[in-house]
This record gives sequence, C-alpha cells and structure tokens, in this order.
Amino acid sequence: MSEPRTDAKICGMGHSMKRKEDPRFIRGQGRYIDDHVLPGMLYMDIVRSPHAHARIKKIDTSKALKIPGVLAVIDGPTLAKYNLHWMPTLSSDTQMVLPIDEVMYQAQEVCAVIATERYIAADAVDAVEVDYEPLPVMVDPHKSLAPGAAILRKDKKDKKDNLAFHWEAGDKADAERALAASDVKVSEDIYLPRIHVASMETCGCIADFDTAQGKLTVYMTTQAPHAVRTVLALVAGHVGLSEEKIRIVSPDIGGGFGGKVPVYPGYVVAIAASVVIGKPVKWIEDRMENLQADSFARDYHMKVELGAKKDGTMTSLKIRTVADHGYTNASANPSKFPAGLFSICTGSYDLKHAFCEVDAAYTHKPPGGVAYRCSFRVTEAAHAIERATDALAQKLNMDPAELRMKNFIKPEQFPYKSVLGWEYDSGNYGVALKKAMDIIGYDALRREQAEKRKKGELMGIGISSFTEVVGAGPSRDFDILGIKMFDSAEIRVHPTGKAIARFGTKSQGQGHETTYAQIVAEELGIPAAHVQVEEGDTDTAPYGLGTYASRSTPTSGAACALAARKIRDKARKLAAHLLEVSENDLEWEPGKFSVKGAPQKSKTIQECAFAAYTNHPQGMEAGLEAVHYYDPPNLTFPFGSYICVVDIDRGTGDVKVRRFVAVDDCGNIINPMIVDGQIHGGLTQGIGPALYEEISYDDEGNISGGSFLDYYVPTSLETPKWETDKTTTPSPHHPFGAKGVGESATVGAPPAIANAVVDALRHLGVTHLDIPITPEKVWTILKNKGVAE
Amino acid sequence: MAMHKISVTINGAVREAEVESRLLLVHLIREVFRMTGTHVGCDTSHCGACTVHLDGEPVKSCTVLAVQADGAKITTVEGLEQGGKLHAVQEGFTEKHGLQCGFCTPGMLMTTSALLVRNKNPSEQEIREAICGNLCRCTGYVNIVKAVQYAAEKMR
Repeated sequence: MSEPRTDAKICGMGHSMKRKEDPRFIRGQGRYIDDHVLPGMLYMDIVRSPHAHARIKKIDTSKALKIPGVLAVIDGPTLAKYNLHWMPTLSSDTQMVLPIDEVMYQAQEVCAVIATERYIAADAVDAVEVDYEPLPVMVDPHKSLAPGAAILRKDKKDKKDNLAFHWEAGDKADAERALAASDVKVSEDIYLPRIHVASMETCGCIADFDTAQGKLTVYMTTQAPHAVRTVLALVAGHVGLSEEKIRIVSPDIGGGFGGKVPVYPGYVVAIAASVVIGKPVKWIEDRMENLQADSFARDYHMKVELGAKKDGTMTSLKIRTVADHGYTNASANPSKFPAGLFSICTGSYDLKHAFCEVDAAYTHKPPGGVAYRCSFRVTEAAHAIERATDALAQKLNMDPAELRMKNFIKPEQFPYKSVLGWEYDSGNYGVALKKAMDIIGYDALRREQAEKRKKGELMGIGISSFTEVVGAGPSRDFDILGIKMFDSAEIRVHPTGKAIARFGTKSQGQGHETTYAQIVAEELGIPAAHVQVEEGDTDTAPYGLGTYASRSTPTSGAACALAARKIRDKARKLAAHLLEVSENDLEWEPGKFSVKGAPQKSKTIQECAFAAYTNHPQGMEAGLEAVHYYDPPNLTFPFGSYICVVDIDRGTGDVKVRRFVAVDDCGNIINPMIVDGQIHGGLTQGIGPALYEEISYDDEGNISGGSFLDYYVPTSLETPKWETDKTTTPSPHHPFGAKGVGESATVGAPPAIANAVVDALRHLGVTHLDIPITPEKVWTILKNKGVAE
Repeated sequence: MAMHKISVTINGAVREAEVESRLLLVHLIREVFRMTGTHVGCDTSHCGACTVHLDGEPVKSCTVLAVQADGAKITTVEGLEQGGKLHAVQEGFTEKHGLQCGFCTPGMLMTTSALLVRNKNPSEQEIREAICGNLCRCTGYVNIVKAVQYAAEKMR
C-alpha cells in the first residue's frame, strides 16, 4: 500500500495508530460480562448430563431447594409451560433449551438452579439428583448415515434418517469424467477433527427483566447482538417479549472467534428465570462447560480426489464430505449455504471441472459446525485443496511451489469466475508465493533438506497458497434466518467537530474502536482521536448482523466510509455557504475544503460542523450526521502464501516449527499494526489444530479434551516467532479497497504445517497425515519405518 | 461453613473480610473487593488470567484460598499504575500491540512485571518460559514478547 494520505495528527488509513481500547484493558478496567453486577442479582448454574444419550427418569430437587439461598430449579417441564423448552438454531434446525425426558449429548443442560450467590448455586447443582436410564449412543457419523441406523431426532416428525442436510455444488458427472480422463490422480481421506474456539473468556449473560416497564435487557457475550434481539422477539413473542422491549448489550468480549455467535441454552434459561422471578439473573459458564457443551468447529471427514495432466496442469477436483454436526445443526451459516462457503475448495487454482458435496450427520455429540475463524467452512476447503496439491506434487515428483505456480489463476483472469460459482474479485497469487519463497530462502532450504536427509535428519518444508472468501454478504444470496447480511454505520459529527460513530458489528478484540475511527478520519479528516466508536448496544447502534466471517471491514467498514462521504457531501454545501462560492469551486483534502485557485480561502471540517448547528443556510436541514446500510455487491477474496519449516525429533516424534513466513494480501490496510496482530493470532490458531488441539469421543460419547488439561491450546513455548509480510491487491468493489483479514491465517496455516510434516516424511512413503499431528502420531510412524531413535 | 476473619493489604490498602474457608482468592478480589481486573479463564490453573502478586510472587489466584492470603500483601493489575504513571509493562503492551481482546492481559502484566523484578534483562526464551503458564488466544505471543522487551529496556 502507498503512504498514508493523512498526517499522524489525523491518523487515517495506513497509520499504525495505538489502540483506543488499550488504556482500559491495561489498567484492568475492561468491562466483561462477569464484571457486571446489578442490584438484587441472582446466580444461575446448570446441572449437566454425564451421559451422551439417556432417558431422564426423575429429577429430584428436594435437597437442592433446602439449601439456604436456593430459590428455584428450572427444568424442561417448567419451560414447556411457556412453550420455551425448544428453540430454533441459527441454521433453522431445532435445539432443546432444557430436555423434557431425553438427553442427547454429554454435558447437555438438564436443569438450572437459581440462587443468591455463585457458590450456593454450585452447591445446589451438586445437590440435584437426576435418575438416568442410559440409552444406546451413536458417535460415528458414517454409521449414523448408514441404512438402518437408529433414528436420533425422534422429535422431528417423519424423519427417517440421521441426515441433517445434503448440499452440493458443481456438475458431478462432468467432474467425474474429467477425473477419469486425467493422467494422474491423487485421492486422500482427510479428517479435520472437532476443535473448539477456546476464547479466553467463556460465555455468559445477565438477563434483567424490568417487570414495571416490561423491558428485558440482556448483557451477553454475543458477536451478533441485533440478530439475537430479533430471534428472541420471534421465538418469545408469545410470552410478551416484543422487539422494542428487548435490549441486547454486548459488553467487552474476551475473544469470540465464532463461538459467541450461537444462542446457547444457558442464555435462554437465564432470560426465562429473570422474567419469571423478576430479578436480574447472571449465568457464567466455567471452562469445562465451555469446552464440553458450546458449539464445536470442523469435524469434516473428506475424501478428496484431484486430477491432473502429466505436466502437472490440474484438471479436476471432487470432494465428498461427511460432516458431524452433533445432535443438531447449530451452525450459523447463511441460509443458502448450509455447508458454508466450502465450494471455495478449488482454491487458488484454475480448475475447470469440480464437484463437492456434504452430507451432514446427526450424532450424540454437542451441536457442531460453528464457523470458527474460517468465514464459513473455508478452513476445511483450504485444507482439502492445499493438502491434495501437495499429494499431487509428491506423486508427480514435482516441487510443490512449482506445481502451484503452474496452476495459479493468472492476474489477468480477474475478476475470475470459478467453476463452482464464485467471482473472485482480485488476486495476484504468484507474487505472494514468490515473496514468501524469497523471504524464507526456499531454494537454500531445499538444499539443506537434501543434505539432512542424507544424514537421516528429518526436516520438512510446507507451502499453503490459500484463497479466502469473506465479507458475507450480498443480500441477494446471503441471509441468516431471513435477515439479510448487510451491515451498518451511523456517524454523528458534533458542533465542535468531534464525532461519535456506531456500528452493527461487535469487536471481540479486533480493535474496531481504533480502525473504524481511522476510516472516519480518512474520509472526513477529523482526527481519529476525536472519533468515539460504539458497538454492541441494540438500543443505540444501527442494525447489523455482527462480527464474524471477517465481515466487519468488508461490510460495516464500507458502511462507515459511505456514511462519512454523505457527511462530506453535506459539509461541502456548508463550506460553499460559508465561503460564498459554488460547491463546484471547492477542492477537498483530508480535513478541509478550499477554493480552487485560492487555497488561502478554506473551511475546515470542524468549521463546517459548527456551521451545521449554528449557521446553516436557510432551507438546509440542520445537523451533520448520516447512516448507511451497506449491501456488498460481492464477497471479498483475501489470499496469501505461507511457508513453514519443521524439524522432527526422531526420539520423540515432536514437530518443531523452525520458521513460518506468512505473506498475506488483504487489499488496502487500515491499521498495519492491527493487521499484523490479527495474522499472528490466526497463525497461532492454525498451529493449535495442526499439531495439538482435538476434541474426540469414546464409544460411549464421553468427551476427551474437556478441560485445558486435555485440550492443548498453544503456549508461548510452542508458538514460533511468526514472520509476516504483505502484498497489496485492492478489492475493486469495496469503497476503500479492503478485503478483511481476521481469518486468513487460521485458514492458511494448518495445511502449511501439515504439508511440512508430510514433506519431512515423504521419503518414508508417507503421503498424508491427519491433523493434529501429535508427537505420538509421528513417533508411531517413525517406529514402524524403523527410523525412530 | 466456618467463617474466618482475614486481613490483607491489597494495592497498598488494608482490607478486612469475613470469608468462608472455601472462598478462592480470585473471588475475594473480584466479588468481595469488587476489583474486576483479575479475570477467571479456566478455574484449573492452566490459563493464568487470574495471576496476581502475593507477597511479590506471581500466583494463580483461582488456586489459592482467600484464607491463605491472610496477612499477605496482594498486588493486582489495578495496583500496577503508580501515581498516575503506568508501569513499563503496561506501556509496552500498548506500544507493541501485545493485547487484543484484553482478557488475558491482566495476568500477562502481572507475570511479566514479576519477571522483570527478578531478571532485568531477559532473553526472548526467558520471556517465553516466564509466560508459558499464561494462555493468550489472540496475539500469538510475538508482540507480547516485544512488549516485555520494551518494558525491560525502559526499566533499565
């Protein structure tokens, strides 16, 4: 990107402005959900099922209710009186709030206790006695979809199988023909395991029903407060909750990553409890509840087939996927895209024939399919194509960089219409890969690898050249529960030239208070320091669908620029009035209008703002503010090339990431410091699932990975010193050429690491390893091949 | 449940409380004293968000009982800033973008400020070892390391 257009005082786009949110966070003055206390507040805690599938024979609450301070136990039958025991998911499936007689996964909510204190609520949970009759458990999605499998969702009338949905894209017959005709074909079974967002803050809420006003305020950990308000109004209208009497407040959020999009049963039970009792009710889940019961990500069983000509030209791709969604499809994908944007699976390559399909299975596991920092299922798509590309290179005995260069969509092909229906807005893939190769010293590393291999040392180099698809999305195709996926900005300029800007999105650490202020600064010349940004309160913020899928900059960021431009247009009229010239005689530079040919005659944006309230021309509306609802014409397609070098310990099987170079292209950048931070974090959430993180189940549906003892989030010791760089290919359709960056690294990193490990072992005949590539997995291979030390 | 009168000095002020035997130090700080900068991230002493100084040593306050702190000096994130002047680590975290969502930040600040008392010139590896009991899901640690290096430089 070129130099910033504004000076450091204005601090528009391109400045690494220090974050406006930091002063409160570094002083411990952030206000997260559990930091809020309301007068008379009660505490809720949840009794959870130890069984993955069981009939509830009896819930005995008598001992719990005898504990001083315990006020109530709420169970399914209590909620059923108000018809609130089931709720819709954001994917139009249905989910129990609390069960009447059957639990469907381990750690499912069984009932909730309400008490005057947190510790007493926990005591009461222990004192509730539940009598279960264990029932047969289905944990394997393949078996679940097999003919004759026991039906899981007996609540759904006429449901004759365990298929949550089937989805496909592309021409199957055409892809199969092309595959059959290809000179070379690779076929790999690739499993992306269940993982969890594991944001450092768990989920929780305070539901506060004001009985006198009939108004419900819910302070909650949500990435999409407006959507929650509308859903609540739609599902609880029959008990008197009307949308104007519902206020959702999303306070400081301690990380979201997609895990705080779904509406979990705990929120709904706390709301019901507050409405019934008439007091504020706080519910904060602990880490075990968070890891065991909140929505999971991935869990994709993919069969990937990639065909090519002898010279390496890729011709055809076919992917068949079985997706484990747990007992309900509680993902938050756009309605028309139940498998998300998985059809981006042709990736960065000019493939002419492709087909992909997904069968989603119900199992006795917690609801899965949440979009964990991946736009929607883009991590799965990128892993499939990038792993298969390396497998193809291996089979052709071709360098994986060379194979990628050969097959990249060429710069002159953009906008590029992919065979599976996307119109890629812009890209320049070869430049990004070349840059990454130069930075890491690719050729020298290959020579080093050859030398080391002679000595029996295990070293691998892995590449991933991913293409993302983010910024959902154009209203013609994108909605959640019917609500179109536009987003919004409202800017008010005060008489003294300072401003407040509000948005339909909600930061969870991305730094919106800083970056949105910089967009206003860029467009209006008002210093970013003078722009107050607010999000998350549905009583004040304009309507929007929230922050996930890297959509804030592509949607609300665009809305911000366009609202600011409306304000600038009005300010131009005010300047013309003040200078007594025609609007056409004025020139704009950030912060000021001046008369063409007479630059000494000028009015600043602050002077225009003052005039808007003190000296506006007759006939003009007073004030200086604007709202914009931005409906993007297309999605944006960030991309990048990552190269990873690993060394493997032959004694332990431990994989050490020696170097990792990430070259990203997210179009024009608002704040380079924040963009780098987003990439560092995304890469770390890439190394986690690549090498350490997995949530699995035994045959009885017992979870492993249900605490931080078992679920291994990378620490500072495993995480390498990330090296980042950029190329800049602006989005041609976004108002300031940005694309979004929050998820690129989570999408791009896992296949780079997996490819590096396979590359280290390929001379031993290894063609694929499922992630996480744990020391045990590697050591077992080394032992079997006779090379373990 | 038995109640105990305890007295602690927290961020320089003497505070007394009558607490249950089982009350965790983190809840004494957050819920009794209403200082909410110290966070709870895991309840099992893995994440370090609840790190405070107990008589100068960093401890995970979710695994210390309030009664164990009787008579002790406690410093929390709210006590780092002195006389309107930020501690060097607080400054470093802002300067080097060492935080995003901010949830792990108080624990990171307490762990690293203690590190810089015992080691004025830590290497990158020493910094990484010091913070390996503090999980951060947002930053990837690179900028946290830089933040601590910035603070070390500033304090020398």
